[in-house]
Amino acid sequence: MAFMDLSDICVSYDGKTNILKELDLSVKEGELVSLLGPSGCGKTTTLRVIGGFIPPVSGTFTLDGTDMTHVPVHKRNFGFVFQSYALFPHLDVRNNVAFGLKLQKMEQSLIDTKVNEMMEICGLTELSDRFPKNMSGGQRQRVALARALVLEPKLLLLDEPLSNLDAKLRISMRLEIKKLQKKMGITTIFVTHDQEECFSISDRVAVMNKGKVEMFDTPENIYTTPTTEFVARFIGFENFIDFTKLEEHTYKAQDGSLFHTDVISVKDQCKATIRPDDIKIINDVNIAENSITGKIIVRTFLGKSYQYEIHTRLGRFLVNGDIEDVHKREEIVTIYLPSNKLILLQS
Amino acid sequence: MATRKNTPLTIIAIIVFAFLILPLVIITITAFGGENTIVFPIKSFSLKWFANVFNSETFVTSFLLSLKLALLATVLALLVGIPAAYALARHWEKGNTFLKSFFLSPTLVPGIVLGFALFQFLIIILQIPLFIGLLLGHFLTVLPYIIRIVGASMEQVDISIEEVAWSLGCTKPKAFFKVVLPNISSGITSAFMLAFINSFNNIPVSMFLTGPGVSTLPTTLMNYIEYYYDPTVSAVSVILMLATIAIMYLVEKTLGIGALLG
Repeated sequence: MAFMDLSDICVSYDGKTNILKELDLSVKEGELVSLLGPSGCGKTTTLRVIGGFIPPVSGTFTLDGTDMTHVPVHKRNFGFVFQSYALFPHLDVRNNVAFGLKLQKMEQSLIDTKVNEMMEICGLTELSDRFPKNMSGGQRQRVALARALVLEPKLLLLDEPLSNLDAKLRISMRLEIKKLQKKMGITTIFVTHDQEECFSISDRVAVMNKGKVEMFDTPENIYTTPTTEFVARFIGFENFIDFTKLEEHTYKAQDGSLFHTDVISVKDQCKATIRPDDIKIINDVNIAENSITGKIIVRTFLGKSYQYEIHTRLGRFLVNGDIEDVHKREEIVTIYLPSNKLILLQS
Repeated sequence: MATRKNTPLTIIAIIVFAFLILPLVIITITAFGGENTIVFPIKSFSLKWFANVFNSETFVTSFLLSLKLALLATVLALLVGIPAAYALARHWEKGNTFLKSFFLSPTLVPGIVLGFALFQFLIIILQIPLFIGLLLGHFLTVLPYIIRIVGASMEQVDISIEEVAWSLGCTKPKAFFKVVLPNISSGITSAFMLAFINSFNNIPVSMFLTGPGVSTLPTTLMNYIEYYYDPTVSAVSVILMLATIAIMYLVEKTLGIGALLG
């Protein structure tokens, strides 16, 4: 059994529509798992179920072998960091960080030691007398983290903690979070809608859609071999073709043309996908397989390449073409889909 | 300080200021007159009207009653109004607007109507003691101010600081006292001041609910003016002004004037 287990979780606000539908998620101890998805996919709801702010209609949540489903928030000992940081405006940094320890009726000297240590780790020592309104976003972020971590929580829950920071700070903060997390070995759930952020920080990523986990794997696997059309679209695959299986590595498209793939589909009917970067525009019209001819409809300049929208018998394709080999609008071209770049989706 | 001169604006400001302050100045001067009626300018100087105020049992008892009434009504309204404002700010998304307007309705109904309705209901039908009736009337009058002002400062408080407090080990009531209350204290102070002053000055409601032996300072003053037109009234006014200034000064010193403005 995994360290943290969500099984069969359903959440509904009005009793009719389910925000989460039989959601399952298993997280290992010390792992940093991200919940990634578009807004409304249920990622924040999942985090709030784990945190205890939303009671699930059904399903169980276990942590380290104990059933936590109905444990009230204040008895869970999970650290929660909000998007807005939610620092206490009436307390200075030191007292914000000490807040949880004081509630535990701990000895003052012990509180001081722990708070000082945590402020040191988070680089807050010089700010200890500041009030939240006099601090920058990055500093507030660190206070929110320190306040949660000083209690040595069993789980750290982060709800889009970086989305209020500017781009540069976001990158350095996510490194800091990852370092802290590994150093303390604390199991962490991280909610975000930012792909790059999520891939760079996570051990594993759960891509969510409509209240379900679509795919749960390492960032590398999600990026290279998505298993569902939703995940593929979400991480930048733009081109989809319906295939009928002929042989293990040979598939027929709707117009009868043949495509070879390196991967194998378990089903007879499947969808193939490929990134715009991986399609090549070729001048050699003699390559019969894995290629299709079409007309360029739109050309957009992307900086490092041109993107073409090409209409073919198999529908619309987005292709990123070499900056040195420019094609014009209305031009008829042949595009080549390399067999090692074609990915077959399970659903 | 930016120094930007705008002569027409300065003139208007001076006129408005004079308009506000002159009546108070005149009243203050008349309080020291030696004549038996209020005249301006005064022809001789005397402090006897102030002595008169303190020697008059009616004024002293009605002042004490007003004080007690305003304090009790305000504290009661705070006890009811703070939880109400909290509930309105945090829960009941549906029907929230209706409830909000419902709680504010006593400010929309003319005081004299409210007074008369309470008189009919409390005094004639229920025949409850005068002071209790008066207290209820004042409580109703000031409650909307409390809910309004406390509610406004409650809405400034990020709801997630409560959730964070829970996650750090606070029970819900504890989180309210440790995290919400300290952040709305300025709102509570200004609500208290406004409610207190409103109750202390109230005439329309008090008029209906006072009676033999139970009279507030404003109603006593009104009754007094009906029979005597001497500077005692001016003297009372001066004392009240000084008291208000003293309270304002204390609030300013302890909380800053910003607290009063929300």
